[in-house]
Amino acid sequence: MGASLAELCIVACAEAFRTSREIIATGIGPIPRLGAGLAKLTHSPGLMMTDGEAFLVEQPVPLGATGDERPAPAGYLPFSRFFDSAVWTGRRHAMVTPTQIDRFGQTNLSALGGTHAQPKVQMLGARGFPGNGIYHPNSMFIPAHSTRVFVAGEVDRVSSPGYNPARRVQGGNYSGIELRRIVTDLCVMDFGGPDHAIRVISLHSGATFAHVQDATGFELIDAVEGETPLPGEEQLALIARLDPHGIRARVFKDDPPAERSAS
Amino acid sequence: MPTIDKTMDAAAVVSRLRNGMTLGIGGWGPRRKPMALVREILRSDLTDLTLVSYGGPEVGMLCAAGKVRKLVFAFVSLDEIPLEPWFRKSREAGAIEVLELDEGMFQWGLKAAAFSVPFLPTRVGLGTDLIELGGLKTVTSPYEDGEVLAAMPALKLDAALIHVHRADRRGNVQALGPDTYYDEWFAKAAAECFVSCEELVDAMEVSYPEDVRANLFERCFVTGVAETPGGAHPTTMPPAYGWDMGWLKKYAAAAKDPGDWSAVAEWTVGASEADYLASVGGHKEVAALPLPVF
Repeated sequence: MGASLAELCIVACAEAFRTSREIIATGIGPIPRLGAGLAKLTHSPGLMMTDGEAFLVEQPVPLGATGDERPAPAGYLPFSRFFDSAVWTGRRHAMVTPTQIDRFGQTNLSALGGTHAQPKVQMLGARGFPGNGIYHPNSMFIPAHSTRVFVAGEVDRVSSPGYNPARRVQGGNYSGIELRRIVTDLCVMDFGGPDHAIRVISLHSGATFAHVQDATGFELIDAVEGETPLPGEEQLALIARLDPHGIRARVFKDDPPAERSAS
Repeated sequence: MPTIDKTMDAAAVVSRLRNGMTLGIGGWGPRRKPMALVREILRSDLTDLTLVSYGGPEVGMLCAAGKVRKLVFAFVSLDEIPLEPWFRKSREAGAIEVLELDEGMFQWGLKAAAFSVPFLPTRVGLGTDLIELGGLKTVTSPYEDGEVLAAMPALKLDAALIHVHRADRRGNVQALGPDTYYDEWFAKAAAECFVSCEELVDAMEVSYPEDVRANLFERCFVTGVAETPGGAHPTTMPPAYGWDMGWLKKYAAAAKDPGDWSAVAEWTVGASEADYLASVGGHKEVAALPLPVF
């Protein structure tokens, strides 16, 4: 049986986490979390991760693992020291799924429309996004690439900082802002264009640049080097081990295969 | 030797609070929240409150009941139910004022209050909407670097409410879970701190000296202690008991149907804490709630 689109995205997310440093990898949601785990087990052994609560584990916790299936803790990283240890020292790479992203890489997790006093749609709140964005590397996973997520103009509320010069106070230190990759259901993008403009660097099987551009509210740079790599046997086996209940099959509607004909 | 006795009941704690006060609430999302004290507020006439909280169900409940004038927050969430529906309703109705912060800025503001300084500098917030929308100011480093930083103002609390596993009559507390969140800083940022506990003992040194490292903050930061077994329900209280996700789902669904707080206040708050506990199966059922899996 061939790999699924979800598994292809997990491998792409793992690639985003690739590092030689010892930093905390945080993947929010099943695909980023499996990507972080896969990165740690393959090319980036320095990555550190939590059990989802307060302890550091040297084996990624499989999705849905209970009791004895959970790895024993090797270290301690509770919320109560998360900012001191991980975020404000820059020792972390988070992959998140914001509600909106703009061409500057600014994201919104706070609210949509309306006013600050009365938003049309109240969401979670800025959470740790402002601090994550200014202190450590970040990537994003977007399961449904569309102009609703990749908005024209600016995001409705700027929850995390990006590369927008108009938002920078003179004298502020923005050297920690480092946006790495955006993995979507269509492609992989980075911030490697002029002034950190967003580029498409690989297309998933069956996707075209025109298709991706149509689904994006701002202009993209075509830097496509080829198709996003399909998962290998070893990667698929590790993914299956990290997700024994097949939760990854529920991320995309009908769990499509990784290899798709052009639409 | 004269002894110190800070014990009081939940009603006595609430009687010490006043309309218009700024209240800090310990815990994190649906984790180790002082819900028995919150329910006691919901049974009282207290109003016009400013809440400072890593928000969970207490924020939605107090907003829905019209107790809140202003909320200082970084998120409000029920974890498995990511968005708190009653909080959203209040916001989308424009019913409450907010100061939206980053999670790290938030604890930084508590620390500023604890240390009695007007602000603490941070890079966090720069490049986002938080500074302008929150009316926050920047400050320039007086040293050679001249860096411009956000000045996170002190989050001074009139009172903090915190729930722990154990306390003694003098106010020695122990919180046993894997994470203590920022409760220590809520306690130190507050003029008065009221602690509810699963178990009250006469003297910690007699009952639980072996767990003394779980003493989250010193007793000089504790004004009053109330014993409220099951007092974190429906939030999680590891290792004692888990959250009641069935309850939280029912509570969340009620924001849509019937959508009216007065119709759900009876079962979400209860006429008394004894009634409330009985309605969720009693302390035995609460104590049997399994811990969540992450």
